[in-house]
Amino acid sequence: MIPTYYFLILSAVLFVMGTVGFLIKKDLITQFMCVEVMLNAANLAFIAFARSSSSLNGQIIVFFIITVAAAEAAVGLAIILHVYRQKKSIKTEDSSLMKG
Amino acid sequence: MRDIFWLIPLVPALSTLILAVFGEKLPKKYISFQACGAVFISFLISLYSFLGLLKISPTEYPVVKNLFTWIHSGNFQANLSFQFDPLTAVMALVVTAVGFLIHVYSIGYMAEDRSYSRFFTLMNLFTFSMLVLVMASNLVLMFVGWEGVGFCSYMLIGFWFEKHSAANAGKKAFIVNRIGDAGFLIGMLFILVYVGSAEFTNINNAVASGSLSHGLVTLIAILLFVGATGKSAQIPLYVWLPDAMEGPTPVSALIHAATMVTAGVYMVARMNIFYTTSETAGSIVAIIGAVTAVYAGTMALTQNDIKRVLAYSTISQIGYMFIGCGVGAYAAGIFHLYTHAFFKSLLFLAAGSVMHALSGELDMRKMGGLKKYMPYTYPTFLIGAIAIAGVPFLSGFFSKDAILTAAFAQGQYFVWALGILGAVLTAFYMFRLIFLTFHGKERIEPEVKKHIHESPPVMTVPLSLLAFFSVIAGYIGLPVVLDKNANWFDRFLAPIMHKGHGHEAHLGIGIEWLLILISVIVALTGIFIAYFFYLKKPSIPHTLVRRFPFLYRLLYNKYYIDEAYDYVFVRPTLKGSEFVYDKFDLNVIDGAVNGAASGTGFFGKILSFLQTGFIKDYALIFLLGAIILLGLLIF
Repeated sequence: MIPTYYFLILSAVLFVMGTVGFLIKKDLITQFMCVEVMLNAANLAFIAFARSSSSLNGQIIVFFIITVAAAEAAVGLAIILHVYRQKKSIKTEDSSLMKG
Repeated sequence: MRDIFWLIPLVPALSTLILAVFGEKLPKKYISFQACGAVFISFLISLYSFLGLLKISPTEYPVVKNLFTWIHSGNFQANLSFQFDPLTAVMALVVTAVGFLIHVYSIGYMAEDRSYSRFFTLMNLFTFSMLVLVMASNLVLMFVGWEGVGFCSYMLIGFWFEKHSAANAGKKAFIVNRIGDAGFLIGMLFILVYVGSAEFTNINNAVASGSLSHGLVTLIAILLFVGATGKSAQIPLYVWLPDAMEGPTPVSALIHAATMVTAGVYMVARMNIFYTTSETAGSIVAIIGAVTAVYAGTMALTQNDIKRVLAYSTISQIGYMFIGCGVGAYAAGIFHLYTHAFFKSLLFLAAGSVMHALSGELDMRKMGGLKKYMPYTYPTFLIGAIAIAGVPFLSGFFSKDAILTAAFAQGQYFVWALGILGAVLTAFYMFRLIFLTFHGKERIEPEVKKHIHESPPVMTVPLSLLAFFSVIAGYIGLPVVLDKNANWFDRFLAPIMHKGHGHEAHLGIGIEWLLILISVIVALTGIFIAYFFYLKKPSIPHTLVRRFPFLYRLLYNKYYIDEAYDYVFVRPTLKGSEFVYDKFDLNVIDGAVNGAASGTGFFGKILSFLQTGFIKDYALIFLLGAIILLGLLIF
């Protein structure tokens, strides 16, 4: 059986990739994809722990996360679409209305 | 007796609901049919219940039907429950019978109106509220009906709200009534606190057993009477009723003559134990009633508006009812209420018929000689006038005489004398009205004269029926001198009227005959003076006006009471409100609101320097925060 920490390492690598990607990429779509990668990194960790402790709780939480992620994707994409309509651009530096 | 009397108010309620929701879409014919039909069904049920009431023994009064518990809070409980006893029976019959005839009349009178369905919705709603008022078995539910009729009155006075004066008259009626209602409400709260129940039977038992101190009984009685002066237009709260004539004439007949304005009399009669127990309160009621009877009568002398004369006459006649209640002759007071409902609504409807014929003309100076144009309206109007003037053998004579005899028997000679004076005035101004409107020279404007016509049968038939009742209604309460058991009405109401302690009034046969003779002479004198002044020698009134210009102007301007109230109450209130608005609202309240907003904006401005507006900066700070939190959790 594959040891649990393998999965955790993979999960951590994916999570860091997502985080770094979110911080350095400039357009919203890519950043959005990075967020999805981070979510799935967390999912992977949950599944790994669920397997090692042979409990279903982790798997159930994953289902919840997938559901929420689907909803979040719909909302997020809609927001991006509207940002594009307003600004004709999805570059993050073009959206800075909150600047004081 | 099968208990179906609780359906009496519910039939008009159902009709109101249907008309309120679908009224605009229904054809006029159907609306008329339903609105009148609902009141007629109520009348039939009232009649049935009344006949049932005659069969059971007086010890079983009142029959109570409890529908459900409405309010239950701590010790206090109020039910939605209706009762039926002789007093309720009389009121329910008057409201539904007169109400039905007026509904029918309205079909003709309102035929051309744009808001036909709104009118009948409100009329049915009024009938419902009035029936709740007279059938409620506790004070709280009675108050619901009391406010309901007030609301309908407001809506119907201001029915033609495009007219500024009508809208204002509605508001005036509502506000003046509110002042009276405050008294009623405080009185009711006293009863709730000290008796602990709102049911009439419990209140009666509590007062009868003497568990309330005498001072408290007097206080409650006076507070309740304040409510009655508002609703029944007595001094000092009568000012709204003359203005209420801005409403359509059927409304004046139904609400401001026959039913709603007599609600105060009903309430005093219903709470009669208070006024019997406290002689002070009883005397106040009698004196206010007597003074109002004369005072309103004098104002009616000089008015030229046909409906306003009738309005002052109503105030004056309700004064008589209060004399009856005040001297302990509650049955006589209610008897006058019952006969008055017929002849006063008759007079109003006939006046409406005159207006209808003259394209809405109200000024008697522009009438005259209408007798030959209106073969149905004239005789009915005449019957109403004879009845109200107190000419023997018509209903008004018996009821007014019963009241005055009772006042005399109780030794209230001052009240009796005022009553007699009021009777002269009544006879005089009613026949002044008749002579100016129907007799003498025609003073009608030529434009109006072309369209002059008698009203359609849908209006004249109710007039004839009301005239019929105005003649015969009095025969159920004949004076005792004719036959010891003649006064059936008195005996019917006796079980629920409490006898005062002390002198049971008995007059000799001779004195009673003398009193009757005096009232007859007085009535005929009034009529004769009117005849002399307005037909025989029309110059006399002008001479009098020239001789006593001050008195005439005082009467013509209604003692300047409206102006005085305006000066003392209305204007200071408006001025005060304006001052408070200017100084307090604009500076303090608006200042606080604006200050809060600008303060928030100021602090927001300071904090907004933290914002860069770039998503990445936020994400980075978020990440750092998460790492720090994680670090704190681990180490």
